[in-house]
Amino acid sequence: MTQSTTTVTPEQQLDLYRYMLLDRIVEDTMTKLFRQNKIVGGLYSSLGQEAISVGTTYALEKRDWIAPMIRNIGGLLVKGVHPRDIFTQHMARYTSPTLGKDGTSHFGDLKNLHIVSPISMLGDLIPVMTGVAMAGRYLGQNIVALTWIGDGGTSTGAFHEGLNLAAQQRAPLLLVIENNQWAYSTPVSRQVPIEHLADRAKAYGCRAFIVDGNDVEAVYTTSREAVRLCRAGEGPIVLEAKTMRMLGHAQHDPAEYVPKEMFDYWKRRDPIDSYEKRLTAAGVLTAKKKAEILNGINAVVQEDLAFAESSPFPPPELADTAIYHEGPLPIEPQWQRPVAEVRPPRSSVKSEWRVSGNGEIKTSDGNSDAGVGARHAVPLPSATGDAEGNGAKRSASKRPAKSAARSRGRK
Amino acid sequence: MAQTTMLEGIRQALFEEMERDPAVVCIGEDIGVYGGAFKVTAGLLERFGWERVIDTPISETAIIGAACGMSYLGLRPVCELQFVDFIACCFNQLTNFVAKSFYLWGAPVPMVVRAPSGGGVHGGPFHSQNPEMYFAHTPGLKVVYPSTPYDAKGLMKSAIRDNNPVLFFEHKFLYRRIKDEIPEGEYTVPIGKAAIRREGRDLTLVTYAAMAHTCMDAAAELAKEGIEAEVLDLRTIQPLDKDSILASVKKTNRLLVVHEDTRFGGVAGEIAAIVFENAFDDLDAPVRRVTSLDTPVPYSPPLEERFLPQLKDVVVAARELARY
Repeated sequence: MTQSTTTVTPEQQLDLYRYMLLDRIVEDTMTKLFRQNKIVGGLYSSLGQEAISVGTTYALEKRDWIAPMIRNIGGLLVKGVHPRDIFTQHMARYTSPTLGKDGTSHFGDLKNLHIVSPISMLGDLIPVMTGVAMAGRYLGQNIVALTWIGDGGTSTGAFHEGLNLAAQQRAPLLLVIENNQWAYSTPVSRQVPIEHLADRAKAYGCRAFIVDGNDVEAVYTTSREAVRLCRAGEGPIVLEAKTMRMLGHAQHDPAEYVPKEMFDYWKRRDPIDSYEKRLTAAGVLTAKKKAEILNGINAVVQEDLAFAESSPFPPPELADTAIYHEGPLPIEPQWQRPVAEVRPPRSSVKSEWRVSGNGEIKTSDGNSDAGVGARHAVPLPSATGDAEGNGAKRSASKRPAKSAARSRGRK
Repeated sequence: MAQTTMLEGIRQALFEEMERDPAVVCIGEDIGVYGGAFKVTAGLLERFGWERVIDTPISETAIIGAACGMSYLGLRPVCELQFVDFIACCFNQLTNFVAKSFYLWGAPVPMVVRAPSGGGVHGGPFHSQNPEMYFAHTPGLKVVYPSTPYDAKGLMKSAIRDNNPVLFFEHKFLYRRIKDEIPEGEYTVPIGKAAIRREGRDLTLVTYAAMAHTCMDAAAELAKEGIEAEVLDLRTIQPLDKDSILASVKKTNRLLVVHEDTRFGGVAGEIAAIVFENAFDDLDAPVRRVTSLDTPVPYSPPLEERFLPQLKDVVVAARELARY
């Protein structure tokens, strides 16, 4: 059964709507908790950015992996995290996934949900998720690794090292650049001298898309195409989603440095309001359906909130436990290809590089010309795992279908 | 039994572990076709192929990060840093991501970072360092620093099988200079256990890596003067074998710590504190240290010689201590 790249079924539409609403209600609930002094540390909001976390993660399958940033609570919810885990994390309770050892969205789940925990240093997740993608390919799992980075984080060294390695490995990594216009108090234009952050992908020889980050369907369908490309061996894919951070860096920050008209502009483009209007006009979302969705969300959120509020803080003795792991690993390699393929003699190769064209200087039109700005064709890996192949044996050589979104990068 | 260099011992460990467990992969710069800057990984690509011996761009952060991600799916990556000095380039990835992963969210990181380290080969300030204490100071990391081919092989096997991140320092001065009888069959050396290299009753020399050999030479000199020094080779810096240190000090009542790392914040200070806290009454003399100078590692041979602890420095300090 083939599906057009832009088709979204009514069930999927309602799912996308429900997850965005769940995300917002969970975060609104935490804002109240923050004002009641029940959040131990800072509180970071994804208000106005819900469509990106939800739309990208919704394009994944259960076997795929994500690594969220602090504003990707929507992604956690789509992946199957319960609101109670998000509440208990922020409230530093013993019942939280990290037992109170870390807060916010800094938690993961190797075994069931396939979530890698972030750290506060931005960019570091990109090499880590490149490794997840490489390991998944090695084990024959055909998984996709998804992570996000902000506009500010695209200037870190780890971003560039990670994306370059991912590109060199042709790793099935989907890297979403969440361009919310502000890195703490500094606008994008004062961080980088380029208009589209997706253009950074060009330098690494990987494909990029740009999408309206406030249009959840556009985010979802573009991500779905990106995921398809990754699975076909055409990764990594960079997806820049343009949006706006509608609050300060965190609760302490009133964001007075943001021009008022900018907030006004983006307030009119709220991803949930606009999608609600659209689904209502299309007859997909009725008043009855909306009430049903809201009631469902509120019931879960209230139950989980009560659980979190009644949860104890961790016992102090927990502080000096579990620094090193003793015992078996929680996750053993799940081989989904014949292990004999990676064992000698089948793994054995001739140890030599093959360099095509002797490094001859070329421009893209084939003329020998060492002129400045000469474009260099990015070599694709061969199908034999040779020197340029990086073991990307299952990479498909056929070019992907043109996406609904604008395709940037390698042409 | 065959005479084997430290380099060959490490290579054998990698080879045998990759043979034993398909979850073991190697990743680093120039480790495949070239076989590594020191040729430790020579032959691995030919046998195990492109998917298991991964040549990367010059990207220490990406190497460590990718290895960490691989370990989350149950693989056991072994990273090579071309020289341990370059570990500074991936400090964040190691100390904040890898080291804290298990403590914070319960995700063990079974990976090894192996790297040539140490001076005495005129490598200059960026190819000679001993940065072990940055990492011994970071909860969650293990730090191994062998001095013999036998230990290097056995500890590398233990490091690969360990379910925690292990930094494996390979003293490049020792790579080809020291030979050992290495048994044919399978063996491992446990992480976190020191070894008594020479028994003695008059004082204890606690040391590791290249300085273990300097200390053995010093002990031989001292023996001519009737001073019997016990030489304790730590082999692992983190976790530190406190029991063996304290047991030896309780026997000899005198302690000299010798290391090639610089002095301030070196492991000698930590060991001295442990002994003061736990065996003060057993001491007949102050704890002494022989270490490198608190400077960068200088390039020119006379400067590097002055920087590094020399045999005579150890002998003089030990003699003074024995007569205290």
